[in-house]
Amino acid sequence: MLWYLGRRLLQVIPVFLGATLLLYALVFLRPGDPVAGLGGERGLPEAVQQQIRAQFHLDQPFFVQYLYYLKGIFTFDLGDTFTGRPVAEVVVEALPITFQLALMALAIETIFGIGFGLFAGMRKGKFFDSSVLVLSLLLIALPTFVTGLVLQIVVGVRLDWLPVTAGRDPDFISLLMPAVVLATTSFAQILRLTRTSVIENVTADFVRTARAKGLSRDKVTSRHVLRNSLIPVVTFIGVDLGNLMTGSIVVEGIFNIRGVGGTLFEAIQRGESVTIVTMSTVIVLVYIVANLLVDLLYAVLDPRIRYA
Amino acid sequence: MTTTISLTDGSTEDAPVPAEKREDGSPLLEIRDLQISFTTATGTVDAVRGVDLSVYPGQSVAIVGESGSGKSTTAHAIIDLLPGTGKVTGGSITFGGRELVGLNRKETEDLRGSEIGLVPQDPMSNLNPVWRIGTQIDEALVANGFQGSKAERTARVAELLGEAGLPDATRRARQYPHEFSGGIRQRALIAIGLASRPKLLIADEPTSALDVTVQKKILDHLEVLTAELGTAVLFITHDLGLAAERAEHLIVMYKGKIVESGPAAQILQDPQHEYTKRLVASAPSLASRRIQSAHERGTEAADLLAGHADEVEATVSDVVVAKDLTKVFHIRGSRPGAHSDFTAVDGIDFALPKGHTLALVGESGSGKSTAANMVLGLLEPTSGTVLFDGKDVAKMSRKEQFALRRRVQPVFQNPYGSLDPTYSVFRSIEEPLALHRVGDRKSREARVRDLLDMVSLPQATMRRFPNELSGGQRQRIAIARALALEPEVLVLDEAVSALDVLVQAQILTLLNDLQAELGLSYLFITHDLAVVRQIADLVAVMKDGSIVEHATTDEVFDNPQQQYTQDLLAAIPGASLEIGG
Amino acid sequence: MPENRYDKAPRPGQGHFVAAPEDVTVGVVDAVSVDEAPTSMWREAWRDMSHRPLFWISAFMILVVVVISIVPGAFTSLLPRSGCELGSSLLPPSSEHIFGTDRNGCDIYARTLFGARASVLVGVLTTSFVVVLGTTIGAIAGYYGGWTDTILSRITDVFFAVPFVLAAIVILSIVPTRTSLAVALVLASFGWTTIARITRGAVLSVKNNEFVTASKALGMSRAAILWRHVLPNSAAPIIVYSTVALGTFIVAEATLTFLGIGLDPSTVSWGGDLSTGRSSIRTNPDIMFYPAAALAFTVLGFIMMGDVVRDALDPKARKR
Repeated sequence: MLWYLGRRLLQVIPVFLGATLLLYALVFLRPGDPVAGLGGERGLPEAVQQQIRAQFHLDQPFFVQYLYYLKGIFTFDLGDTFTGRPVAEVVVEALPITFQLALMALAIETIFGIGFGLFAGMRKGKFFDSSVLVLSLLLIALPTFVTGLVLQIVVGVRLDWLPVTAGRDPDFISLLMPAVVLATTSFAQILRLTRTSVIENVTADFVRTARAKGLSRDKVTSRHVLRNSLIPVVTFIGVDLGNLMTGSIVVEGIFNIRGVGGTLFEAIQRGESVTIVTMSTVIVLVYIVANLLVDLLYAVLDPRIRYA
Repeated sequence: MTTTISLTDGSTEDAPVPAEKREDGSPLLEIRDLQISFTTATGTVDAVRGVDLSVYPGQSVAIVGESGSGKSTTAHAIIDLLPGTGKVTGGSITFGGRELVGLNRKETEDLRGSEIGLVPQDPMSNLNPVWRIGTQIDEALVANGFQGSKAERTARVAELLGEAGLPDATRRARQYPHEFSGGIRQRALIAIGLASRPKLLIADEPTSALDVTVQKKILDHLEVLTAELGTAVLFITHDLGLAAERAEHLIVMYKGKIVESGPAAQILQDPQHEYTKRLVASAPSLASRRIQSAHERGTEAADLLAGHADEVEATVSDVVVAKDLTKVFHIRGSRPGAHSDFTAVDGIDFALPKGHTLALVGESGSGKSTAANMVLGLLEPTSGTVLFDGKDVAKMSRKEQFALRRRVQPVFQNPYGSLDPTYSVFRSIEEPLALHRVGDRKSREARVRDLLDMVSLPQATMRRFPNELSGGQRQRIAIARALALEPEVLVLDEAVSALDVLVQAQILTLLNDLQAELGLSYLFITHDLAVVRQIADLVAVMKDGSIVEHATTDEVFDNPQQQYTQDLLAAIPGASLEIGG
Repeated sequence: MPENRYDKAPRPGQGHFVAAPEDVTVGVVDAVSVDEAPTSMWREAWRDMSHRPLFWISAFMILVVVVISIVPGAFTSLLPRSGCELGSSLLPPSSEHIFGTDRNGCDIYARTLFGARASVLVGVLTTSFVVVLGTTIGAIAGYYGGWTDTILSRITDVFFAVPFVLAAIVILSIVPTRTSLAVALVLASFGWTTIARITRGAVLSVKNNEFVTASKALGMSRAAILWRHVLPNSAAPIIVYSTVALGTFIVAEATLTFLGIGLDPSTVSWGGDLSTGRSSIRTNPDIMFYPAAALAFTVLGFIMMGDVVRDALDPKARKR
């Protein structure tokens, strides 16, 4: 198990370096001079521009800049935004909100996805199964922002059950609708995945053996069918964390939430390279770390992995 | 058999009654006119059509049949474990006087495990990979009402594993299935099947996935164990020899019906039905036994052997010679720096005389397939040489090596994997001709037709695709493709191992005919000594990468020199049977 | 005990029974059926699909969308842009404007029809790029193995670690003119990783098949084996994924355009119309219905098709 953990950690390092380099390169290649655009119509005096360039190491070659940026990440000295706020502060403010949103979405999609998927898989071909299947296709086909807008109109405006936007300091209730929206597509996918693997496991030899042992139906379902069906679902959740993070850009945009996604989106529109790179890095970092955790969970669920 | 196993029962009030003391009057299990059908998209398929059988307490009964005969379906119906859409549509199953058809779920669950146990077929897929072995046995105890504390259960689990023949049971109980070989997993499955001391044990091909020597050990053990517990056993098997050796009553099934049933000895010595006759004649284990007994009686068994020469004349030259052939695989460990070298083939020598058959026999991991792949030029030997017609293959130019490909061709084991499913039969057979630029399109088509004739398939087969053909037919196609370039040597890597007995016999006959007709030399790779008797002139027995015995087939069978060869021979199912010539 | 087992007399009901020969006829072992038409794997999959209503429904949906995207003018006389009059802003549905008009006074029906082209174009282009790039990388990594595999797989991991919509946002924010081709290229640049992984997995499982070894034994070159045997047999999962991916790329394009960094506003698109419609969400939410419905309809068509194709091509499902 320790070896497995160590090997996974070693694999993460090149991925992290590669991904951050890639992101940094993309923003670095951005045409135009970001500093010249500051200071409104008149622009900043040349001396001040020089100073800003030196401060952000913009006068250095690309690779040196990248190394400065890496150093910044590890010392949590992420520099300032062009408006003078420390980026670290922005991150610290935004992260908890996005975490809360993502965790709520994750809880909704896994609980309902696995529940419905198990139920449908155990009743393959029955009415419940077929209708849930069609419904899940529909949910996958609906883009997140469309679901968001529809819920805003119906639940927010027409029925006035939940607040239409979340605003600055969102509480649980105001994050509920955004979380549901964020969870819909993944909910449908988890449902289908669970269903497929339940159907596969129900006919597995070891399940038949478990039944032949005299185990009750509920025991067979929970200890053998469900337990084994969770393995591919956990893998999917790892990948899905990426979807949740990017989905938060859209959802936070629609519901006006000042989390990582919302901040990133604003920064893009304002052209703030430092914030874009930092926020993107935060997203990628969260994604990589979350995937590492999921891999460990995977190893707990499937003993074969630990020795592979 | 002198093995004795000390048995302790978990619960004191339900001590096993020795077989002799049981009331012998009425059968434990009685099946009358059982009908089972499956619903498919195209209609209903009757898998079992009117089966009658009875099993008496403590008795062992075997159902024999090929795949699709309905043998497993019948067995699974007893404990209501029919797969998919399978349903009992008629007849009755009584167990201890109680009707089982139509029991509700709770009643069936109570019956399973405690009254009727199951030892399933494939040890690789029948244990849940995510639970420890001990947990999976513990479950069976709890489900069947074992009264006891956690510690008592743990002790009982270790006891059961030990009783199934696992040394160091306490430690093993804490390990996961993937840490064990097939043989040990099968023992764990036996421990599960017998955990709650059922009166009847259904053993569904319990050892068909295992090496023969392991198979024999486990079956011997199971026999002693069930005899001491007084458990009745219902064997399901495709191997007539195994069935006759392990059961007193045989039931032969074919296409969902019983074609013949009766005392094992009687069925074997005096088969009445056409199908049973063919089965008895084809079963390799029985065939080799028959040859053996003919030999012992001093009769020349020429007509029993499918035309193989007893002696290899000294004048025949060797077409393939392996000299000190070695293959070392470099294995990367799961931990950094944990490399290890694995010597798959360790300096073996053998010679294949022209027009003859040399069998490389060994159990899994013996290195026989690695050796074959080196002869085929698919693997580079680590050291040693393969000589083809006296020329060192490694020293040939690329062009010569490409030309050599035409002279040595393989036929593999898996009839489902050996043909490209996206290629029509014509394309599959034509491919080698096209690749080696033999003839034009028209002459190639004529050649494909000839080849299909040669393997006794209608020419119309060439428009078909592999998924439309049966295993035996695919294997014929694979042989036709291998013959397309008129090779001198065929490497047959377990080429008949995956086939049903009758089909296997047909393919062996075909191979013998082709050898006589075309003067082919065969390198026959197999784990099955019984088949060797039917086809090979020379045998090389491999173990752990080395050849332990290399002689003519008769010498190996009549007078094996090595303990390992003797063990292999003794492990052939049916070896102890008395069969009339 | 095995020795004396045979000496016992048979018990009741266990005497020698032989079925009547005419009751069970033993035919020729292994006869080939020669009468039916040959069925290749693909033909069998087709036969399976053509029995499913979902296949015909999704095929019809895709056909409708594709035809509209090619000749949107055939279904309306109005144009999405030139016919707009600010004076007729936000009109309710009428015989002239059957879906009504939007904020700029443009006919919503016409804009919905003309918006199909951008979505279909981006979807098809992105999928094509992704299939070419992903299968090449995945097939080479899986087939050649060793160091080639290690390097290509690590590169795939790096690209996979950056969610492709995030990467697209970053890249598109620096692309000056965002045509359908540009958006497709950007989406493809980070969207190829899944298909590369799928292809690699498929190739790995196919390349150990015995028909591949048999071709090696014939002296066929590695590249030829990859091209003639391995790739055709790896095609099924690639086709299934591509069909579904086409739908997800359309969603991605619409999302980006909705956020204002996808297609240029000069291109008529559903994402763009939803973005403009959002400003009047409280007063006129119904004008957003049509582009949203068209978008969902299109994506649903492809995703349903992917589902049907999966069922038909999945060897496990076929066996049943």
